[in-house]
Parts: sequence; structure tokens; C-alpha cells
Amino acid sequence: MSKIAKAFQDNPKAFISFVTAGDPSLAKTKELILALEKAGSAIVEIGIPFSDPVAEGEVIQRANIRALAGGCTTDKIFDMLADLRKTSQVPIVFLTYVNPIFTYGRDKFFAKCQEVGVDGVIVPDVPFEEKGELVDYCRKYGVDLISLIAQTSDQRIQMIAKEAMGYIYLVSSLGVTGVRSNITTDIGAIVKKIREASDKPVAVGFGISTPQQAKEMAALSDGAIVGSAIVKIIEKYGDDCVGPVYEYAKEMTEAVK
Amino acid sequence: MTKGRYGIHGGQYLPETLMNAVLELEQAYEKYKNDPTFLEELQALYSDYANRPSMLYYAEKMTKDLGGAKIYLKREDLNHTGSHKINNVLGQVLLAKKMGKKRVIAETGAGQHGVATATVAALMDMECVVYMGKEDTERQALNVFRMELLGAKVVPVETGTKTLKDAVNEAMRVWTSRIDDTFYVLGSVMGPHPYPEMVRDFQRVIGKEVKKQMLAKEGRLPDVVMACVGGGSNAMGLFYDFIEDKEVRLIGVEAAGRGVDTEETAATISRGSLGIFHGMKSYFLQDNYGQIAPVYSISAGLDYPGIGPEHAYLHDSGRAEYVPATDDESVAAFSYLSKTEGIIPAIESAHAVAYAMKLAPTMDKDKIIVINLSGRGDKDVAAIARYMGVDLHE
Repeated sequence: MSKIAKAFQDNPKAFISFVTAGDPSLAKTKELILALEKAGSAIVEIGIPFSDPVAEGEVIQRANIRALAGGCTTDKIFDMLADLRKTSQVPIVFLTYVNPIFTYGRDKFFAKCQEVGVDGVIVPDVPFEEKGELVDYCRKYGVDLISLIAQTSDQRIQMIAKEAMGYIYLVSSLGVTGVRSNITTDIGAIVKKIREASDKPVAVGFGISTPQQAKEMAALSDGAIVGSAIVKIIEKYGDDCVGPVYEYAKEMTEAVK
Repeated sequence: MTKGRYGIHGGQYLPETLMNAVLELEQAYEKYKNDPTFLEELQALYSDYANRPSMLYYAEKMTKDLGGAKIYLKREDLNHTGSHKINNVLGQVLLAKKMGKKRVIAETGAGQHGVATATVAALMDMECVVYMGKEDTERQALNVFRMELLGAKVVPVETGTKTLKDAVNEAMRVWTSRIDDTFYVLGSVMGPHPYPEMVRDFQRVIGKEVKKQMLAKEGRLPDVVMACVGGGSNAMGLFYDFIEDKEVRLIGVEAAGRGVDTEETAATISRGSLGIFHGMKSYFLQDNYGQIAPVYSISAGLDYPGIGPEHAYLHDSGRAEYVPATDDESVAAFSYLSKTEGIIPAIESAHAVAYAMKLAPTMDKDKIIVINLSGRGDKDVAAIARYMGVDLHE
């Protein structure tokens, strides 16, 4: 069983956290991953910063800029993760855009993922139709290519869900990532449609920040994904972010259970 | 390979949230592109509203002065709104109307595409929001006010390099939040399928007219057709109907900025590498980790780190040639054409003029070059004055 599958087995309602690598520094990213694991995060998503993150709202855009300005690169992230793996086996999923993977070299990128123990990748600008760009490399190196499903997917849900790997990332709302006060999408109805086509776990992300929202979203699915709310704490506290992020993640983990 | 491919280039690399919007657009375009009523309406707008066909003008003084090939200028600068951008916008906004959309959004660099979109939105009673890099709103302040006069809202984009690529990012982000009633009017032969094909089809009118006009004036095809290339819509529109005429050289002129050997350049073919960005596989200026480079050119309209996928393919196949022209060369060409022919070209178009000034003298007098004068230079006058160190007391 893959580490991702096991994470959902051990946590029927999973709290999945996200941080941008290199924000505020790669040393802190490593500490943050360990703190998130300790707080009970079932999976940690790590953003590889990109110059032009078109699916991100302002909070994560700024994190990308900070990380790149600080000299974060894909190679340095792999080095940090190799170091992390000496002490932690928390499932790690990369979130990045297709160009950093393509230009790094797809074979080399996924071989490195396997080598350091990256369990999956989320690539927002590779839709179902273009996944041929990555999927063979993912299979070759045993890395799950996580599919996104949105409320606008409609008749595409079955097609995407059928071939899903790892877990399904259900995008809660239209627009880009970021904190929202209300999520109005009928998540339950979409989850039902996904379940008809796939037995893979479904986690809901985009816009979740409060324990109450996380609880509601996880109740309708298999987990809640939280990014911008964590990145906001990191932005606020800078080098002192690890403690506050741990406290927040602990509260969220409790809320989703 | 998936849809919308030009060799290995093109494709549809988009967030899932936008996929249905793009598929809806694709279906609508497939339906209307051969629809006689749609094409008739578009034709009427081209001739009665946009002032087409644009003239093909023999630049006799320039020809004599350079002492080589005969030079013709395709006067897209004389179109309504002052550039070729209107050709594409009329097509897209008419399509948006047919699709029942109430609102259009657009990105703009120099502001010409934004002005064209604001214009046609006013004509067709559509709400219009234009995204423009903060730096470009300063370089092209006149066009910002022009768009506002036309009833559009202009949103300055403060992210990244605050130029054209960031305006595209922001337009895409905003589109994902409101796809039901909003049509994204993309300004060049770039982005995800069907945009590169659709924009090229709406710009083809340039090359079709040139062919007809050239046969009428000279009784033969030109030896060279050339145009400036940022994303590449005016060049693609000019080239397309000449692709099968192998004896006609197709030349795209890229913005070299301060030189192709400097970091301050926007010459994608000269300096770029294969990548996937803004919905398409093509050539991009980027670093070894796939981070998109902060590009530079004096021309806000060519200040883009990529190139349309069909150009990338024409480069791979060797059918078209792509050459750079620097800021200095283009500003010199801007002045030269103004003084020689009494025509002030857009600084974008001046890049093509700059290369023609090098090429024409090397060709025989019985050869013919057509330069696409994609836009007029009124918008650039203040920026060129600044470049030359002239204080206009604005």
C-alpha cells in the first residue's frame, strides 16, 4: 500500500496541509513539515515556487516571490527533503506548475522524487487532456499524479475520477487559491458523482481556513486541504512561524476528526 | 498528441476550472468559423467599421534611399483604433455575443489590444475590464485614458514584472473566478487551443489582402513578407496565406531590447528554450529551473517571454526565419520612417522596419519586400521622446 493510501486509512478524515518551499527559508520549511506532521497532518503538500503561479491567489503568490527571492531552487528542495527523510516518513506531495518539471527534465525530476521519497505531485496547469505529458514518468517512478476536479468539471468528473491516482483534489470554489468566508458549492453532490467512478479518497481544498469550514468539508469528503491560511501565518510570523503553525494545524486536525 | 498542435507545440495546459470554458469556446468557434451569417457580419464590420481593406503602399522614397529591394508597407496602422488588433477583437467579441456572454476581459501590453477590446465592447454593449501591467500603464498612459473614455475599466497589475505576461496571468486568474458570463478576449496567437488558431484566422485577412493587392500592383508575389513578433499575431496573420508559396520568405522580427547577448531582451527564438506556459507548449525565455525570465524591450507590445506555438513550429520546420532588432535600431527606424515617408510607426512595427533597413540594400532592385506596419506610433511619441532625452513638459 502506498504511503498516501495508508494515510487515508489511518486518518478517515484527513487534514492535509500546504507550505511553499523556501518560505521563509528551506531550513524553516523542514521544521514546518516536522511540526505539521507532529500536529497530525496526514499529508504535507510542498509548493515548488514558480515565477508565474496562475492558479494561486495573492497570499501564495507572495510566498512564491519570497521563496524565489531567497534563492530557493528545485535542487535545493530535493536536498532538503532527502535530509528530512532521515527523520520523517510523512507522505509528501509536491504542488507545482508544469514548466518547472518540464524544464528540469521529466525523467530526472520523477527519478529524484522516487529517490527522496516524494509520494505524489499536483500540477494545476496539466488537465486530464494533457496528462500524457507526465503520467508515464509518474508510473515509472511510483509517484501519484493527483487529479483536480472542479465544480465546472461537470460531465468531466467521471472521466477524471476513473483514472485518478493517490487522492482526488476537489476544488471547492471558482477562482484561485485563498481564504474565503463562504463555500457555496454543493460539495456533497460532487463527491457523490466522484464516488460512482472511483474508490480513491477525495479531499477538498481552496478557501478553507477555519476549523468549522474544515470540519464541514471533511464531513462531506475524506479530508480538508489548507494552504493559504497556513501561508498567511508564515507571512505574519516569518522566522518565528513554526510554533503558531503547529498550534493552528493541531486545532485543524482535531476539527476534521 | 492532443488538440491544437503545431508540430510538438500548442496544446491546452490549463487549470481544470477553466477547461469547460475553453471547450465551450472551442465548440462555439467550430460552429461559427464557417457559418455564412457570422462571416458576413464580420466582413461588414471589417469594411464599414474597421476601414478594411488596409492599403498596400509603395514606399518609394524609402526604396530609393535604401537602394535595394522595392518596399511596400501594409498599412494596418490605418485601421480603426490604429493597429491590426481590431481584426481579432471584432471576431472574438462577435463570437462572445453569439455565445450569449455579457462581459469581456482582456490583457494588454502596449494598450493597443486593450483599446481595440474596449472599442468593440462599447460598440456591442458589453461590459469590459482590461488588465495591464503597472509598468505598462505608466509607459502607455495615453492608452489607459483612451480605454477609460471608451467605458472600460483598466486594472493595473502589480505582480511579477508588472508587464504583459503578468497581465495575462491576472486575466486568467480572474477568468477562473467568473466563467459563466465572461469571455476572455486574448490578444495574440498564443495561449491554449483554440486561441492560437482562432486569432490567426481572424488576422489572416492581412495576408489575404496583401496577396491580392500585390498581384494587382505587381502581377506577382513578394519575395519577402516581414512583421514584428511578440506573441506573433500580426506576423501570423501576414504569413499564413504565404506558407504554401515556398518562394516567399517569411521573416519575423523579435525585440532584442538592449541586445540578444544581454539579460534585457525579449527575443524568444534567439534566446529561449522549449517550455510549457500560458496554456501552450512553445519557446520561452526562462532559467534552468523553468522560472520564466523577466524580459525587456522598449516596446510594451513585444515585451513578452514567449511566442505563439505556430511560430515555434514555423521556426522548427525552417519555413519562417526569426531575427532580432534592438531598441536602438528600432528607435532609429521609428525616426527614419517618420522623416522619410511621413509615417510614424508603432515602436513594435518599427522593429520590422529596422530589419528591412538592413535587408533591403542587400537585395536586387527587382525584388520586393512587404513590411506589415502593424500599428501607428502616436501612442509611442512620449516614450520615444524620453528615450531620446527630450523633455516634453508633459
